Amino acid sequence: MEQARSASSLVDHLFRHESGRMVSAMTRLFGAHNLALAEDVVQEAFVKAFQEWRLNPIPPNPSAWLMVTARNKAIDAIRRNRHQVEFSDDIACLLNSEYTAVSTVNEMFLDDEVADSQLRMIFTCCHPALPPDMQVPLTLRTISGFGIQEIAGALLTNRETVNKRLYRARQFIREKGIRFEIPVGDELSSRLEMVYTVMYLLFNEGYNSGKADELIRKDLCAEAMRLCLLLSGHRVGGRPKTYALLSLMCFHASRFDSRMNSDNEIVLLQDQDRSAWDRALIRRGEMYLDMASEGDEVSEYHIEAAISAQHCMAPRFEETDWRAIAALYDALLLLKRSPLVKLNRAVVLARIHGPKAAIDEIHRIEGWESLASRHYLYNAVLGQLYLEANDVENAKHFISAAGALTSSEAEKKLLNKKLSSLP
Amino acid sequence: MKEFLLILRGGEEGMADAAESPEKFQQQMVKWKNWMEGLGKQGKLIAGHPLAKEGKVISGGKKVVTDGPFVEGKEMVGGYLMIRAEGVPDAVLIAKNCPIFEYDGIVEIREVQAGPV
Repeated sequence: MEQARSASSLVDHLFRHESGRMVSAMTRLFGAHNLALAEDVVQEAFVKAFQEWRLNPIPPNPSAWLMVTARNKAIDAIRRNRHQVEFSDDIACLLNSEYTAVSTVNEMFLDDEVADSQLRMIFTCCHPALPPDMQVPLTLRTISGFGIQEIAGALLTNRETVNKRLYRARQFIREKGIRFEIPVGDELSSRLEMVYTVMYLLFNEGYNSGKADELIRKDLCAEAMRLCLLLSGHRVGGRPKTYALLSLMCFHASRFDSRMNSDNEIVLLQDQDRSAWDRALIRRGEMYLDMASEGDEVSEYHIEAAISAQHCMAPRFEETDWRAIAALYDALLLLKRSPLVKLNRAVVLARIHGPKAAIDEIHRIEGWESLASRHYLYNAVLGQLYLEANDVENAKHFISAAGALTSSEAEKKLLNKKLSSLP
Repeated sequence: MKEFLLILRGGEEGMADAAESPEKFQQQMVKWKNWMEGLGKQGKLIAGHPLAKEGKVISGGKKVVTDGPFVEGKEMVGGYLMIRAEGVPDAVLIAKNCPIFEYDGIVEIREVQAGPV
């Protein structure tokens, strides 16, 4: 009983940490069009591990044992499916012959090849032909080894929806003929953009979503950082922009635990205990920002990282260099003219020119009224600014509106606290 | 392009010897892989496998089944390849690169006959 339980938890742990590598290697053999088969064969290896370890002693290096088992399962699957399945076209002839099948499979399970396959998998999951609502769950499933329930928790949806999207995604890959490869030449840069977008999304999903479970959110951030690191370690991904994104993630993540108190209440930047910020992550953020500054490209990630660095470097909230931050927002606005950037910039202006200037700035955002009717953040910011400007009536109006638009309990709590402080 | 059957005979002993040492076995695998990969990339490889030693032979009008094959060693068919080649000279060139010659093997080249038997 005890043995079965420890085998089960070890298998779960290894699935989360090793299945990404295994599915990638397997897909390298079978091709992206056979992703479902690749996942099935990896599953077989895990089933075998569980059966074996439930009854027998667990091997000294379980990950290596699993990798060998997966490799053998791959060879079985190739023999079994040779006549009905078309494998990866560049190695199909080698897999189809017994003269070369085993050595080819062995080669694809070598560390360098597996790392290469993981990159191929990232580019496949972040393929621009795939709709964004499929890219994220597919990435989490195939590269990160998240369970269906974990993905559902992270994306605030249910198991059926996740399964449906994964199914559709695999079908999409087949129908669109998406290839399992690392793009080259001009295509590489544009495809990397998409990869950055998905990783940024993944990180923000973890960092900003107030609704998902805290542990899953942290996992999402950690996973986005791990993928970004994986990308930076590969010849095609070690670019300044990758380091800029990595730097941005490190700076943000350093404040992850300080944003909530033990009662699950939001702690605003000005009230956070700066000594609790993760210094090691801040140092890594600085190192990556350094590496990002090679070359002459300044991307939105560079600027966002620099803004985050300003916050991390200020010893106290009152000592924040708001003018430097405002200048960075001006630069960001030139690259990314989104209303959200304008909103954030207005918050910074409030620190320099006072709340009224910031409110005027928000009123100049095109379509702010319609944005405010849909998104809680515009209302929350306006409410706070009116509060600072001692305009009680407007403050009440916007804070109430914000409360009605958020489903996050923590946000609601914070807003109610503000409301009750008003006369 | 024409189709050819390459019948690989012999070399069993040499290959079995190589399989004794992991290092030599690895080298042997790489040689087969390089040769076939090259053919595959040119679209010249159709199929091919090594064959198990044991088999059956059916002969005569009475279809007598015996354990086979009859021949041993140098003459025994150990594997085959179906390839595409421009013509006989091209097929010969391809066959000359077969790793089996390192084990003293023999390759027989037979063109697929177009038209009725």
